[in-house]
Amino acid sequence: MAKDEFKEYRLVGTRPDRPDGLDKVTGRARYGADMSAPGMLWAAVVRSPHAHAKILKIDASKAEALDGVKAVVTRADFPTGLTGEEWNLQENTMAGEKALYDGHAVAAVAATSKLLAEEAARLIEVEYEVLPHVIDVDDAIKPDAPVIREGAANASVPEGMPPNVVQYLDFGRGDIEAGFAEADLVSEKTYKTEATHQGYIEPHACLGQLGEDGKGEMWVCTQGQWFIRKMCSDVLGLDTAQLRVTPSEIGGGFGGKTTIFMEPLSLALSRKAGGKPVKLVMSRSEVLRATGPTASASMDVKIGMKKDGTITAARAEFRMQGGAFPGSPVDMALYCCFAPYKLENVQHIGYDVLANRPKCAAYRAPGSPMGAFAVESLLDEMCRELGVDPMEMRLKNAVVEGDTASYGPKYGSIGLVETLEATKAHPNLKAELGPNQGRGMASGYWFNHNGETSVSLAISEDGTAQVSIGTPDIGGSRASIALMTAETLGIPYEDVRVNVVETGALGVNEPTHGSRATFASGKAAVIAAGQAIKEMCKRAANEWGIDPEAVEWADGAAQPAGPNAGKFPPMTIAEIAGKMGSTGGPISGHHESVPEGVGASFGCHVVDVEVDPETGHVKILRYLVVQDAGRAIHPSYVEGQYQGGAAQGIGWALNEAYIYDENGKLQNSVFLDYRVPVASDLPMIDTVIVEVPNPGHPYGVRGVGETGITPPLPAIANAIQAATGARLHDLPMSPPKVLAAIKAMG
Amino acid sequence: MRYHTPSTFEDAAQLAAGAQGLTRFLAGGTDVLVQMRAGSVLPDDLIDIKKIPGVSDITKTDDGGWRIGVAVPGHKLGADAALRADWPGVVEGMELVGSTQIQGRATLAGNLCNGSPAADGVPGLVAAGATVEITGPDGTRTAKVEDVPTGPFKTSLAQGEVISAILLPPRGPNGGDAYLRFIPRTEMDIAVVGCAVSLTLDGDTISDARVALGAVAPVIALAPDAAKAIVGTTLDDAALDALARAASAACKPIDDKRGTVEFRTEVAGVLAKRAAKIAYARAKGA
Amino acid sequence: MSKMHVTTTVNGDTVEFLADPRETLLDSLRDQLGLTGTKEGCGTGDCGACSVRLDGTLVCSCLVLGVEADGKRIDTIEGMSEDGALHPLQRKFIEHAALQCGFCTPGILIAAKALLEENSNPTEEEVRYWLAGNLCRCTGYDKIIRAVMDAAAELRQEAA
Ligand SMILES: Cc1cc2nc3c(=O)[nH]c(=O)nc-3n(C[C@H](O)[C@H](O)[C@H](O)COP(=O)(O)OP(=O)(O)OC[C@H]3O[C@@H](n4cnc5c(N)ncnc54)[C@H](O)[C@@H]3O)c2cc1C
Ligand code: FES
Ligand code: FES
Repeated sequence: MAKDEFKEYRLVGTRPDRPDGLDKVTGRARYGADMSAPGMLWAAVVRSPHAHAKILKIDASKAEALDGVKAVVTRADFPTGLTGEEWNLQENTMAGEKALYDGHAVAAVAATSKLLAEEAARLIEVEYEVLPHVIDVDDAIKPDAPVIREGAANASVPEGMPPNVVQYLDFGRGDIEAGFAEADLVSEKTYKTEATHQGYIEPHACLGQLGEDGKGEMWVCTQGQWFIRKMCSDVLGLDTAQLRVTPSEIGGGFGGKTTIFMEPLSLALSRKAGGKPVKLVMSRSEVLRATGPTASASMDVKIGMKKDGTITAARAEFRMQGGAFPGSPVDMALYCCFAPYKLENVQHIGYDVLANRPKCAAYRAPGSPMGAFAVESLLDEMCRELGVDPMEMRLKNAVVEGDTASYGPKYGSIGLVETLEATKAHPNLKAELGPNQGRGMASGYWFNHNGETSVSLAISEDGTAQVSIGTPDIGGSRASIALMTAETLGIPYEDVRVNVVETGALGVNEPTHGSRATFASGKAAVIAAGQAIKEMCKRAANEWGIDPEAVEWADGAAQPAGPNAGKFPPMTIAEIAGKMGSTGGPISGHHESVPEGVGASFGCHVVDVEVDPETGHVKILRYLVVQDAGRAIHPSYVEGQYQGGAAQGIGWALNEAYIYDENGKLQNSVFLDYRVPVASDLPMIDTVIVEVPNPGHPYGVRGVGETGITPPLPAIANAIQAATGARLHDLPMSPPKVLAAIKAMG
Repeated sequence: MRYHTPSTFEDAAQLAAGAQGLTRFLAGGTDVLVQMRAGSVLPDDLIDIKKIPGVSDITKTDDGGWRIGVAVPGHKLGADAALRADWPGVVEGMELVGSTQIQGRATLAGNLCNGSPAADGVPGLVAAGATVEITGPDGTRTAKVEDVPTGPFKTSLAQGEVISAILLPPRGPNGGDAYLRFIPRTEMDIAVVGCAVSLTLDGDTISDARVALGAVAPVIALAPDAAKAIVGTTLDDAALDALARAASAACKPIDDKRGTVEFRTEVAGVLAKRAAKIAYARAKGA
Repeated sequence: MSKMHVTTTVNGDTVEFLADPRETLLDSLRDQLGLTGTKEGCGTGDCGACSVRLDGTLVCSCLVLGVEADGKRIDTIEGMSEDGALHPLQRKFIEHAALQCGFCTPGILIAAKALLEENSNPTEEEVRYWLAGNLCRCTGYDKIIRAVMDAAAELRQEAA
């Protein structure tokens, strides 16, 4: 249900076929594992079976004795002396003195076939001394918890904090106690979320080649080829410009493919094997054990509310573990959790804690879903207690342009009120509910992001245009960038080809993350198109012998700007392009910047569930996503982002979780037990695209990828309470927990 | 690994009996290949039984029972209307195994011989009183289905023994069966609890019943007290409650990644009631 | 380990290759025959990205050995469009934006085609259950289900 018509635009807001569609429905599109090279070797990785263990000895002699085994690498093959995040990345790529989690890589081998490499990996013998481990964040923050790494804490951590706390945050404003004193109801509760995985269907895969001269190449599925280049160079001590990284088509990322996991291993093996290309493809179980996941969280929230629903004060204290390395998104969780609400008195406390788990990676609106689960759940509980309508409470406290956000900055143009009003008007809110059914609602927020961006555009000899972008296309961004470019140039959509290019072709680009591709690469493409237009107007002016200022661009052609400019027939882009060789050479545009004008995005979800009171099974009956897109360039792919985000949130809410045994081994490293939603678990997901254009983007784009995963967690908890009376404070809300909560009510 | 395609069960049994290292039979492969991929079972000899004549047949026996070939995949079992009419609970148990793709390969015999306490195809067979024909190096024997698994992923089959057919007894008049399982999602999960009920009516009264429980003990087993709770009743509320209590009492489950002791025990009772109602309705001809 | 000679028909063409008996059909297709349109998402039968038809039956090629394909007929995504014309399912997937990253798409198309051959007029629920073994993490399935239903409608119209 998108607003398709923006009358002022010819193409923006339409739904043409995506340019890469044909390749992707015929199996021709080449993803990470689809590339091979002459003389290629296959790699396999040896991983720790222990959650925390000293590595005493690695004996690869049996593996090396196998015919066809060409190289074995361990940490000894990596440069030493790295610090900070560079050391973290290196340590995560290959364990040094200790294995820090179940699945941590300890050695890798390259051989002439896949089966041989796997066999060789099984023959590498590693001797461990098992150490005490810690998995749960509340255990990890205890003063006597096993110490994962000395000296990992940064300067923010005050003296005397427990050993696994590596970052501490404390910020806010107003007088929190005075705020609580004003309230008619003050509630404080604790909520927990478990780690989940991005769950992209394509496992990590790369084909790397590195010579003794330090020059290398890599084909890899990634959200950001420049990030891969920089991180691999750092970890291996290479000169960054000597590594050329080409992104494959990418089978999903959701943030999880913005960093490295095993890519440097293929390069290290290649170098050791005399520069032969090495292909490394993770298994699903490696993906779940050693890449990705989110942080897990334990969160205390305290809110004061008046009888009329006005929020008087709010306090959040969040503890998050992001694995054995610093970097849980506890900061972003705190920034986002109260973002939809006007707050005078607010305090945020955060702890980033180490635990014996894989190094967390970004996952769609990192941190925001956890914070929303805690805050939006508590608000709903309080509305119930006070008899306040949760929608009216949200409208009453909603932030608007000019308000100071809970986390500090002043909001520019935002569309929260419009989003809530559109939600309120949706027919789903009037659908009748039967026995054991309930409705829940929640809001969500994501900042959206800009990031380093570099885009080139060139006009071809026939007047078609090519755009080189550095942000891999995960969900249709080629289509949206082609639409905006064609709109700007005044040419057909089909006349634009958008290419995602390798690192050698552009300046540094941040990955496709933070919902930035259509915003940032799109904005840069529009600016680059503007430069090309200016040049084409100049060429026409030269030919007509008039001032370039007297030429304007309309309908894909240079035209005299008004009667005073002279009488010339329009000169089309094809005509100008056809003779560019003799009128001054190639015509192109190029823009690079960290584009200003990011527009934040709010969403509101409403879900109807039915709970089986005898088993605790939760069925999603109806699901509604309403979100401000700024402007939907290609509405189908905006809807797709909303639906995909909601589905991931539903999985997180109900059944997805990292399950560890008492030895800290991951128990569910296959999709049979890591339970992402399957087709029969979900209903159609209704969407409403709200469009409050972002003035910071030529076509009003805000970025739509991330907000949508935020509201489902609390919305479903709220709906379960509406259906059963039972309130769940821990994710996942799996049948055993739901049933226990129902039983506990007696 | 050596890959064999014997053309008789006798050859298959001889091959297995004579093998030195780790041996596996290959039916649909939906367990074997997963175990190979995980590295947990790396056979030295893999004996594919799908090329043996007749293994893909489903035949009605002279006494009115059924003989199911050991390579009949789930989707083929589901497509046999006459078999389904007799033993809907057996068929629906197997049909719950995996996805459409898995149904294209997975077999009842493989489901049984893999020895999982959560195997969905097995409780229905146990409740039905099914038997298996076993071919060994020294000839054939038959065994009750419930006597095949002896513990998680263990069976009573001796080295060299291969199941050569699954045999269902004649359904007879006024009978009905049903299988239900509980999973967190709607598909693609391993049972947290499974329950099959097979019963026969005399008028409105249950004259005979068998209840089998899955995923609540080291092996799939009959719950005789649960059956007793409904025999002689018309499946009224009191009988259903007694059934649920007896089914729960028969559970000896564990806490694991898929469920808790408490949850499994509770839900076993719930499923027993629900499955009994379906079986009863089927026996009434509904 | 000695390899075995396999002769099979893939998308109508007779092909031969040597397979290590441990090698899956998925790996044979991708690594020996260069047919990389069939994807591996899990290797354990859980995701459906590797879906192919084996003598017409829908299977996970990661759960079939390459040597088992001997003498059989295999259909993969590369054979889905005939004479350069896309199958209606392929067209509808593009039209409905039923793919985001596209990694699940080949497997879903193969599975959906098998469904429509068996049931030309499936309900939404039937489509959802048939495709439950095909994971898609990007789309929430909504547009996939719509595309399959729409392709079914078009095929019914064609047949009428
Ligand atoms: C994605 C997925 C989902 C699944 N979902 C379910 C589910 O929902 N419920 C469920 O119960 N199972 C499930 N399974 C497990 C599996 O599919 C079933 O157990 C299936 O029935 C096994 O049959 P098969 O023919 O594939 O067995 P195979 O893998 O061929 O064999 C399994 C075992 O039995 C032995 N064997 C096979 N045939 C014989 C014989 N005739 N005589 C002696 N031994 C024999 C083999 O040596 C092996 O040890 C799932 C598997 C996957 C991959
Ligand atoms: S790769 Fe075969 S089902 Fe996932
Ligand atoms: S489109 Fe990405 S997994 Fe389906």
